[in-house]
Amino acid sequence: MSEQTVKGAPARLAFQLYVGIGVAVFLLMMVAGAVLRMAQGAWIDIPANYFYQIMTLHGAGMVGTSGLAAAAVMWYFLRRHVDLSTGAFLTMLGLSLVGVVMILASIGIGGFAAAWTFLYPLPAKSAGLWGPHAAAGYVGGLIFIGVGFLVFYVDCAIAIIKRYGGLLRGLGIDQLLSGKIDTDHPPTVVASSMVIIINVIGIAVGAVVLVMTLVNLYVPSIAIDALLAKNMIFFFGHVFINATIYMAVTGVYEILPAYTGRPWKISRPFLAAWAAVTLVVMAVYPHHTLMDFVQPKWALVLGQVLSYLSGIPVLLVTIWGALANLHRSGVRWELPLRLIVFGLLGWSIGIIPAIIDGTIRVNYVMHNTLWVPGHFHLYLLLGLLPMLLGIMYFAATRANWQESVADRLMFWIYGVAGLVFCLFLLLGGSSSVPRRFAVHAQEWLMLTQIGAVAAVLVLLASLYLGIKLLRRLPHLQVGGA
Amino acid sequence: MQSFALTLSLVLMAAIVLIFGWVVLSASTREVPPAKPFRWRSPIFWILIVAGVIISVATLSPWPMSGHTASASEPDQVIQVTGQQWRWELSSDTVESGKEVEFQVTSNDVNHGFAIYRDKTKLITQTQAMPGFVNKLRVIFDEPGEYEVMCLEYCGLSHHAMSATIFVR
Repeated sequence: MSEQTVKGAPARLAFQLYVGIGVAVFLLMMVAGAVLRMAQGAWIDIPANYFYQIMTLHGAGMVGTSGLAAAAVMWYFLRRHVDLSTGAFLTMLGLSLVGVVMILASIGIGGFAAAWTFLYPLPAKSAGLWGPHAAAGYVGGLIFIGVGFLVFYVDCAIAIIKRYGGLLRGLGIDQLLSGKIDTDHPPTVVASSMVIIINVIGIAVGAVVLVMTLVNLYVPSIAIDALLAKNMIFFFGHVFINATIYMAVTGVYEILPAYTGRPWKISRPFLAAWAAVTLVVMAVYPHHTLMDFVQPKWALVLGQVLSYLSGIPVLLVTIWGALANLHRSGVRWELPLRLIVFGLLGWSIGIIPAIIDGTIRVNYVMHNTLWVPGHFHLYLLLGLLPMLLGIMYFAATRANWQESVADRLMFWIYGVAGLVFCLFLLLGGSSSVPRRFAVHAQEWLMLTQIGAVAAVLVLLASLYLGIKLLRRLPHLQVGGA
Repeated sequence: MQSFALTLSLVLMAAIVLIFGWVVLSASTREVPPAKPFRWRSPIFWILIVAGVIISVATLSPWPMSGHTASASEPDQVIQVTGQQWRWELSSDTVESGKEVEFQVTSNDVNHGFAIYRDKTKLITQTQAMPGFVNKLRVIFDEPGEYEVMCLEYCGLSHHAMSATIFVR
């Protein structure tokens, strides 16, 4: 076990802020999610406008917080290898908080409810439900958050370029081409380089479509091609949310060896997989537009084929690598490790329904049903969130961890209830229940209500785990390069 | 199709859970030196690639979108469909079973999802309704009866109530 040294009070405080704010917002957004599911289950009565406002808040809040928390994890581990600026890290948080305030005002005061995806031209055409200023507040808020992320990524990019001579070298492309593998090259640097490349491009595309939307709000005569806007939004959204898990996986590369005593070394397949994922993550987004028949045929074929291919590097390199690292390692199980391994499981199984829905013939009858949130809740609720919690627990408790029966109980409640919650979303999708409906038909209610019970149980377990983590925050340690 | 997709997903997900379970249950035991854990990775990679080629060819040929590209055959009936917050306008709401119908779907305002349901638990097919574009969706209704159209792309306040009926004789 390599213990970290406390290096720099500002860095420690910065990471504590991220963890504290991240956990608090995650919990609040989970409350919102449980409320949505209970409203769909006809257990509580919420007017449709409020339902869709809460839905917009839940989506934007979860995606934004996932991004920030995962970026914090990447910062925490990348600074073991390169010099990162705490100022840039805090700038991302500051700009994001400004964005959050704008988004909260646009939803809470302005009544904005165009879903987190702000699909053009819905922000401008609410049929009187919200005005252009509310939409502009939301769009502007996202722009602030995006700029914050860019500041962070530029700092990370500069640090990697200074240390390794370029982002492609950080990614290990030179080693891949020459065949000379430097096994001391950190996996964290490989993953971080990939994330920087894809997310700078993704956020830049997102910023362009956000600015175009903003202009259209006040000058409606300057219209956007709806298909172009949809392509840009899904490109941005897909890249951004996928980058969250690739940022979090840096924690897996760093922490798992600390438990098992087996170093995680890079290899040629490892570098090849990350190089492939860099391209595939950016090219696969047309699987979100399979029901847009005016898309070029090649784009739809690409969407289906790459959906399938995108799962292979993940499963055969990171998941296989993690399981190989763990197998008969003599590890002592405790909550941080349980959460991280469970997160890897959620990530792995979440790939399956995504690939199946990425098949055009299936997409005809599954697109925009509950199958879609079923898949991404597997990915995020059972994959990313436990992974992030485990990593943050590791950072905050590794020095003197004492596990209680309640810890284990809450872990299992989270896992089992979370799995039930996701499975009933998938069952809803296979029963053709639409996603994003404020009111559910009688035929769908039983599935929805079981999902709502599971959501409440997940929330209760999350409250326990989240509050316990917050109480451990003063013990958090931060190392450095 | 829905049942097949669900069953296949559950089987593959269960397989992954079993693999995780096997590794997790043996993780507390220490084995030195560790076994060669990557010896099966390369063969499995190639099996997945070959399977992917077979699955892609099987599911993409013939091309699954009959209305997507210019078709040699003319449909038996053409129906213009326009989505608008929060209603559907169909040039005709009556079709004959066994005949090929082409729905030419567009929108007057925002994105909508034109989805045809047999009942509330059986989605037959769908396409997007987009402002400025026409998506052509071809359907052959096998059974007479009433089919419900619902919106599957979130479009604002009454998205969940945006419906219409197609009568199949």
